[in-house]
Amino acid sequence: MLRHLLTIAILAGLVLLLVAGVEALGVRVFDRIATNLCISLVLVLGLQIFMGNSGILSFAHIGFMGVGAYTSALLTIPAQMKGMALPDLYAVLQGVQLPPYAAMVVGGLVAAAVAAVLSYPLMRLSDAAAVITSFALLVVLHTIMTNWSNVTNGPRTLFGVPRATDLPMAAIAAILAVITALAFKESRTGRLLRASRDDEIAAGALGVHTAQLRWRSFVLAAFVAGIGGALWGHFITSFSPNAFYLRETFVILGMLVIGGANTVTGAVIGTFLVTGAFEGLRAIEGALNSARIFSEQVIGITEVVLALAMIAVLILRPGGLFPTREIGALLARKFAKRKHVS
Amino acid sequence: MTFALQFLIDVLSLGGAYALMALGLVIVYGILKLVNFAYGELIMVAGYTLFLVGGSGLPWLVMAAVAVLMAVIAGILTDYVAFRPVRAKSVTAVLITSFAFSTLLQNAALLFISPRPRNVPMPAAFSQTVELAGVITPVRNLITIAAAVVLLGVFTFLMRRTVLGIAMRAAATNFTMARMLGVPANLIISSAFAISGLLAGIVGILWIGRIGTVVPGIGNEPLLVAFIATVIGGMRSLGGAVLGGFLLALIDTTLNYTLSQELLKFRDAFTFSLVILILLWRPEGLLKGPATGQRT
Repeated sequence: MLRHLLTIAILAGLVLLLVAGVEALGVRVFDRIATNLCISLVLVLGLQIFMGNSGILSFAHIGFMGVGAYTSALLTIPAQMKGMALPDLYAVLQGVQLPPYAAMVVGGLVAAAVAAVLSYPLMRLSDAAAVITSFALLVVLHTIMTNWSNVTNGPRTLFGVPRATDLPMAAIAAILAVITALAFKESRTGRLLRASRDDEIAAGALGVHTAQLRWRSFVLAAFVAGIGGALWGHFITSFSPNAFYLRETFVILGMLVIGGANTVTGAVIGTFLVTGAFEGLRAIEGALNSARIFSEQVIGITEVVLALAMIAVLILRPGGLFPTREIGALLARKFAKRKHVS
Repeated sequence: MTFALQFLIDVLSLGGAYALMALGLVIVYGILKLVNFAYGELIMVAGYTLFLVGGSGLPWLVMAAVAVLMAVIAGILTDYVAFRPVRAKSVTAVLITSFAFSTLLQNAALLFISPRPRNVPMPAAFSQTVELAGVITPVRNLITIAAAVVLLGVFTFLMRRTVLGIAMRAAATNFTMARMLGVPANLIISSAFAISGLLAGIVGILWIGRIGTVVPGIGNEPLLVAFIATVIGGMRSLGGAVLGGFLLALIDTTLNYTLSQELLKFRDAFTFSLVILILLWRPEGLLKGPATGQRT
């Protein structure tokens, strides 16, 4: 128990340190980056809840982020704005206006509900079939978001979402996500699920209902993703369906894989590292573009470098930086060993 | 009658392209039991090569051959970069490395060429139409059908009659056993990637011929098509991939003709939902293929 508390303390401390540092500096750009980092953290931890425990790669995660973002946006756009932002909105929804905090939770719940219905039959698939169906699910969600003009404004940008997410709030959400992910990992469901991840047949023989457990973790992951999406929506205030597709999937997946999908620590560290590297590269890209060294705009460096980093990490350390043990367990072990020696 | 012929040509030309795409994906999957997410980028590579050699003044067929060759090289490269180093480690690792490699290639194209569409040289025949028993149809549809028939024929011969093909089928059925009997594993896997690249290159040129331009994301749709077709037809059987390709074309064409304009926008959502349903009904796909051992 102590080591879990230690893990929470260290990871939450990391987030708090970030917030304190940014607040102390008071630079607007950093504030923005740190908020983005906290939101990514929520998304990555959501993905970790499913992927880390079940061992199945899921592409659909970002789709649920989109569901959360659009739901929360629909419920919070002020009534007079709705006429402009969403001219074809159904009459029932036109008058609805919730406070953003409530809407975010509803966003998470709707994402979880959609996931619960769609994924229930899919959870008995493993390996490649599971990955392809999750990919198909992402495409389905994206197609619906792009074409359901009544509620999403189609492929065009949805604007007028009230700004509600600030750094402290995103940080609190991130810390809650850390606690949720750890609590799920150590719960009965999480442990049994990890047993099925390591050996599906053996776990099944011992009476583990793999599909049922996977479904639970998938729904929880979708809930977290929905909250993350809603947070992001109220931070960025205008977005289009393309924000919730392969590029975002790649970034979130990269963060998780580089840190280590099997541990919460890995998810957190990966998010910090990749965000740091990303912002650095983006600054370089911006500098190159404003210096006009090349005749055309330079885009894509960040993705190229992230892709190379992912491949390198997977070749050298297939489990990521923290492949099996949480930081708390690692430190507790080290401490115990030292005491033993002396 | 005219309508039936029109419909048939549409289905066959679309299905031919889809079948070749699916075949290129499943040839690698059959042996490694691993999905190659970078498959669509092989098509992109073929397209950009065609664009880059476009100004050279060579005969078109030579340019096309260079483009296909580059796709083959890119296919083998995929094996060396994304598959070989992590193959033994975990399924998820390979899926992610191939996804990363796909993003790498796409963004390299963004970075070094351009995010904007680039014109690709195509012979005049691709934009002409011809009248066939009262049906006006683009010549490229007939070329696609012909190419599909020829390639499927050659491919069947290769798989059934040559040493390489038999070794590949053996490796797909039981990789460990095949290795013990002296089939060189790495060579077989690289050959599978090379054939995958060859199919992607040819189908890529036919595919790009429909639009005449190439963009970095050109490979996304063929990749999705190949996914669906293999899943419908059966991930382990080469015949299943071909069947899946034609079936998907039939579904797509039927939806094109029957859905209203309003619903047509959601066509992809319908097709993918169908895939999910088929997988639930038959997780192995329609054709089961040979019984296989564990992933190696």
